Amino acid sequence: MTTTTVTGPAPALPGAMASRPHRSLLQRLGRHHVAVNLALGAIALLWLVPSLSMLIISFRPNGLFEISGWWKWFVYPTQVTIDNYKALFAGGVPGLSGVVPTGLAAGSVLDSLVTSLEISVPATVLVTLISSLTAYSLVFGRWRGRNAVFLTIVGLMVVPLQVALIPVAQLYKDLGSLTGWNPFGTVTGVVIFHVAFGLPFGVFLMRNFFVGIPTALIEAGRIDGAGEWRLFRRVVVPLGVAAAASLAIFQFIWVWNDLLVALVFLGGDPHVPLTLFLYDQERTLANNFWIVSTGSMFSIIVPLVVFFAFQRYFVRGMLAGAVK
Amino acid sequence: MATITLEKVSKVYPNGLPAVTDLDLEVAEGELMVLVGPSGSGKTTALRMVAGLEDITSGTLRMGGQVVNDLPPKDRNVAMVFQSYALYPHMTVAENIGFALKLRKMPKDQIKAKVRDAAQMLGLTDYLNSKPAQLSGGQRQRVAMGRAIVREPSVFLMDEPLSNLDAKMRVQMRAEISRIQRRVGVATMYVTHDQTEAMTMGDRVAVLHMGRLQQCGTPQMLYERPDNIFVAAFIGSPAMNLYEAGISSDGEQVVIGSQSLALPRGLLESRPGLAAMKGRKVVVGIRPEHLSDAALAPSPGPGTTLYADVELIEALGHELEVHFLIDATRARSEEAAAAQETADLGGAPALTMAGAKSEGVARVSPRSQLKAGSRAAFVVDTEHLHFFDPDTGAAIWN
Repeated sequence: MTTTTVTGPAPALPGAMASRPHRSLLQRLGRHHVAVNLALGAIALLWLVPSLSMLIISFRPNGLFEISGWWKWFVYPTQVTIDNYKALFAGGVPGLSGVVPTGLAAGSVLDSLVTSLEISVPATVLVTLISSLTAYSLVFGRWRGRNAVFLTIVGLMVVPLQVALIPVAQLYKDLGSLTGWNPFGTVTGVVIFHVAFGLPFGVFLMRNFFVGIPTALIEAGRIDGAGEWRLFRRVVVPLGVAAAASLAIFQFIWVWNDLLVALVFLGGDPHVPLTLFLYDQERTLANNFWIVSTGSMFSIIVPLVVFFAFQRYFVRGMLAGAVK
Repeated sequence: MATITLEKVSKVYPNGLPAVTDLDLEVAEGELMVLVGPSGSGKTTALRMVAGLEDITSGTLRMGGQVVNDLPPKDRNVAMVFQSYALYPHMTVAENIGFALKLRKMPKDQIKAKVRDAAQMLGLTDYLNSKPAQLSGGQRQRVAMGRAIVREPSVFLMDEPLSNLDAKMRVQMRAEISRIQRRVGVATMYVTHDQTEAMTMGDRVAVLHMGRLQQCGTPQMLYERPDNIFVAAFIGSPAMNLYEAGISSDGEQVVIGSQSLALPRGLLESRPGLAAMKGRKVVVGIRPEHLSDAALAPSPGPGTTLYADVELIEALGHELEVHFLIDATRARSEEAAAAQETADLGGAPALTMAGAKSEGVARVSPRSQLKAGSRAAFVVDTEHLHFFDPDTGAAIWN
């Protein structure tokens, strides 16, 4: 930043001030910027501490975990190892292998990664797609009672997910005895659950974004000869990309981080998502926080990639949805 | 290409509000029909019904003889230019213009050729790869026109297409739209609230008010023979001066406030209905250009002069607009009031003060020496007086 080089206040001579009013203004602005940036930087650092500690723990020899704090790494920066990661991928625990042969619960971390993706990707794609279609119909459709339906959907946003766990499990079982297909205990069952609980917010977000699209655009499309499907694909979706992307990020991270639904519906299954995998490590190997740290570092890679890939849209989408 | 025929077309909104009532209208091939009226007159609703964007409550809409009441917009082969232009913001100019053709699955090279032709006609060739946001208002307007004409529609609809442009651009685009419409030669319905636009562009003009057709005819006809007070007050700028008046019992004079004008023989012959109004109240209408400065007239005939106090003079170069106060009561029919509201844009509100002095406007020669605050004598071109029935608002002819 060029403004940071400006240090002292403007010369106190009135003549100099008058002759260089621009510089004085810039200096004031510059100082302001520096202060804001410093404050923001400090906050960002503070927020980074937990992640940083996790990162350091995951790279320190696991024996140190109980005897020295992670911050000691700054004193002994050579205490670095990738053994933890090796252990994570090997499915074994170095130095403890005799005690807990494959103490890591059923399946490997890579298997869990795949399961997590199997749950998160369809749950995200479906929520984004169905929400957009529903919102399109709610905003541009020509049927009665659209507002009532929308308000009902908004009302559903306040239903806590925990309330539905047992009824949905029951529902799945009933479905099983009726049709022979019981989604309970399957990845599909978890996906359906996440889709159902992602939709109210998704519809809310997309609807509020679509409402801002001028009706004349849709009418122009209708007159140009577009049917509903093509209006949706060619006119509305390109304009709603920002909103859809932010919804997708929300939903993806939410599902990726979910433990509760996976635990209830997939507990005991050999193929579990990463959250459940990590939880199992914690449960099986009490006090082995180092392996949880290592696994957590591994599990945030995907959300990080997703976030940075869509970050640009995310900010825009949030603004578009919020400022109306 | 097709004729547009509306037969007793009505629109009632779900909340029971009537927007258009029994509208009969026919737009011939190649004709530019302007729908004009104040806001809320139903002109846009009428247009949207023709487009298929609004359901028709009752009546019949035909295009080229075929009833299209229940056809969706895409099957009517209409093109529409929206007030907001409604350009697709994520598409380039070329994509905007070619969108309808693409939807029809026309081969790419054909689309390209047609878009190029349209762009050339509209002077958009250099902007084909720009997004609408990068264009000026006039250019966006042209893109909207281009999008409409490439489709070779059977019907052209325009909803206040010039209202978002500045005054200079509006005059320029007015001529351009007329030129393009003539070249394309399609039945066109053009909605505006601006009577100047209606007069300059329309082959015929349909004046609407409160959802009802007031009069439909050529601009000159509407100007010279308005059917009722509303049309008289709405068409023409500055608006016609309308005062409450009475016909003398001998039927030879019209009494306006404390003054009177002699009714010339020619007028009585062309308006035989006036004979029946002897001794009764009428509304008299005087166009501003039919009042001239008496000081410049060689020798005004008897009973052709009105006196008034000059309030304000607006010099326009080629003429002076003289605002005056006359001791008469301004006709205050509901229609005239509504028409004034839109027609008098920017004009001072009509003051009807205790002394029953009413406003009026005269367009006089710039040689006139009239001054604000002085008393003026105006010679009235009595052959061109207008008369209306104060109860029905209808013009008095037969």
